[in-house]
Amino acid sequence: MATVRVQRDPFDTGAELARLIAGRTDIGGIGAFVGVVRGAELAALTLEHYPAMTERALAAIAAEAEARWQLLGCTVIHRYGRLAPGEPIVLVLAASAHREPALAATAFLIDWLKTKAPFWKQEEAQNGTRNWVEARQEDDVAAARWGN
Amino acid sequence: MLKLLYFASLRERMGRSEEDLALPEGVATVQDLIGWLTRRDQAGAAAFARPELVRAARNQEFAAPATPVQDGDEVAFFPPVTGG
Repeated sequence: MATVRVQRDPFDTGAELARLIAGRTDIGGIGAFVGVVRGAELAALTLEHYPAMTERALAAIAAEAEARWQLLGCTVIHRYGRLAPGEPIVLVLAASAHREPALAATAFLIDWLKTKAPFWKQEEAQNGTRNWVEARQEDDVAAARWGN
Repeated sequence: MLKLLYFASLRERMGRSEEDLALPEGVATVQDLIGWLTRRDQAGAAAFARPELVRAARNQEFAAPATPVQDGDEVAFFPPVTGG
């Protein structure tokens, strides 16, 4: 059963890693991805989401990864609200007996998160102008390589 | 009654984040509902002007244009997602 959380507050990557392997001796590796707000020109990035749907969508994505790679543990934490450049947005952890499934599942999780989780980013420039980030076709291509 | 939700740029163009709507006559699918909202007023016309940039969910699951809608459903409209 994956750990899935949608939260405004920052997450502690080290604590989440420790929680995933606590008491386990069957895990051989954990793939990790941390998405970070990029852009020195930005004042902030605000993430809006669909509260009633978000956690369910993340759980479905995590369950798909667990099933495809027989993961021994999986954590998905996605933040929302107003974040400053340099702040972490999203954490993905995938634990497995071996590195290949752990790393593949990590890539899959972040690719699907970008195209199948109900979040929307709005950039706020230093002068205060706001702009919704448009979906990138490259993200659809990246997600499509995993099939449906 | 339908519960309609709007997110991100669609919320801004509609000028509201949600509304209750009596299921309009002749509306049986998500596509029908988009057409009805487009014709209802200027905000709807602006919000749904580019259908290729509109996504929908019915009862918190992603929906296709042909997905049926019925009384009691929660239908959300939003642009393509940009999380991660």
